[in-house]
Amino acid sequence: MVLSPSILAVLVFIYGFILWTGYISVVNWNDVTPTYGFVGLQNFQRLFGQTPRFLTDLKNTLEFSVLFIGQCLIIGLMLAILLDQHIKGEAFFRTVYVMPFAISAIVTGVAWKWLMNPSSGINTIFDVLGLKFLENKWFADQNIGIAATAIAAAWQMSGYTMALYLAGLRGISADLRDAARIDGASGFNYYRYVAIPLVMPVTLTALIILGTISLRLFDLTASMTSSGPAYATDTPAFFMFQVTFQQYKYSLGAAIGVVMLFVALFLIVPYFFTIRDEVER
Amino acid sequence: MTRAGALRPVGRLLIYAVLIFFAAYYLMPVYMLLLTSAKPFEKVGVTQMWNLPTSVYLDNAIRAWPLVSANFWNSVMITVPAAVISSFIGSLNGYVFAKWKFPYSNLVFMLILFGIFLPYQGILIPLVQLLTVIHLYGSVLGLIFVHCVFGMPITGLIFRSYFATVPSDLIDAAKIDGAGFFGIYYWIMLPIAAPAFAVALIWQFTNIWNDFLLGVVVLSNPSLAPMTVAINNIAGSFSIEWNLQMAAAVLAAAPTVLVYLFLGRLFMRGLLAGALKG
Repeated sequence: MVLSPSILAVLVFIYGFILWTGYISVVNWNDVTPTYGFVGLQNFQRLFGQTPRFLTDLKNTLEFSVLFIGQCLIIGLMLAILLDQHIKGEAFFRTVYVMPFAISAIVTGVAWKWLMNPSSGINTIFDVLGLKFLENKWFADQNIGIAATAIAAAWQMSGYTMALYLAGLRGISADLRDAARIDGASGFNYYRYVAIPLVMPVTLTALIILGTISLRLFDLTASMTSSGPAYATDTPAFFMFQVTFQQYKYSLGAAIGVVMLFVALFLIVPYFFTIRDEVER
Repeated sequence: MTRAGALRPVGRLLIYAVLIFFAAYYLMPVYMLLLTSAKPFEKVGVTQMWNLPTSVYLDNAIRAWPLVSANFWNSVMITVPAAVISSFIGSLNGYVFAKWKFPYSNLVFMLILFGIFLPYQGILIPLVQLLTVIHLYGSVLGLIFVHCVFGMPITGLIFRSYFATVPSDLIDAAKIDGAGFFGIYYWIMLPIAAPAFAVALIWQFTNIWNDFLLGVVVLSNPSLAPMTVAINNIAGSFSIEWNLQMAAAVLAAAPTVLVYLFLGRLFMRGLLAGALKG
């Protein structure tokens, strides 16, 4: 039996490193030079008890997830259904909708930072369209903050979600479509009672992928807003980067990493149980 | 009667209106990037962001290029080898998981798949420590190595799905003819794997080119850093004019967008494979 050494390498780089991160999170290496004195859960206590920034970050992640995933699912499903109507120029629309996905989050952040300039960009468009009441200071506003990031992120990923849904809709067999039509389910009813329930697995997949993106949010934060006023646009990933590689508090950074890993596990493990059959074919 | 025919013309018109509105929405930031990078500095103030340039103006691209050309080539040096190597390793791993099942191989495969969803913050510190020990930290080679390792889950998945469609009879026949593990890989799998290679290469090219986190952690040295890190540094600097920042961002986005536009069909297949729907 030839077992590719690379498989072993991946397992070490993922699981060996996870264990090592876990170890670092319970020692007192909070300086440039490594020290490995066991301190128990002190780093976690510090995070949850004495670091308001971290609690803000968790709240931001939650708000971001809801806004970002909500936009992607609604826009994605709607556009997929519309493109499923024998549209002239479907290829053009599809290409345009998915294109932001090919652009890096860094460039996306640079573009949206400029678009969300309080005295220009989108606000100017609102002005011209007579929608002045929609104008705001975007990420410079402490109360809106993370919503601005969610808008930029959804710009990047909603077309991608559309592509997932469209593939799902196209995967519905012609027989089933015909049967639904004979039963009188046409147009709206076909989607309401047949197609949307059938693409539920796509919704689940999209939830997991968009959920992990929310959890890992870093590039957009770095290029668009940084931490924002009163950490309004800060994220755990951004905090982890700063605390570890700029303040050299490695154990505290490792503790943030461990919290993020736990959240990821809660997302992924149930998902893996549902796709197990697909993997084992 | 088709479903499309069931909708009245007004409904069709409304559908096209919505589709065109969203096309404008997705194109707006790209349009703004191109517009700003094609205007001289006097014309890019916040009050005139949407004004069209009065003449063709390529000065920004010419002035931005020296700022980022070194990083652009760094990205090429990192992305191309890493995409090729990780695709090649992925083809071997995919072959093992599709055709040489061993006890618990599906479980091992699932454990590797977790790498696709892994929040890298959970492994960055050990990664930096290990790279330091083996003298790869802060080097282009080190970043290539890291991208190869963390590219393996997705490339393995792409090739596993692809090789799973090869009939096992073919493999069994080759085994009877005396072909071994590598014989079957070389004579049967590789010759038919071109489509999977195309998908994996394009996917890895896009992902690695667009990566920021691994680049900024492993290779933050400004002269060696990849393009994304350079763009982020430029965008955070107040001394560089807006139009130049935008021109640099256009240069950073161009390679992956061009690949997407010209090889869209293969790109979409990678996208769907990444969603575990091989």
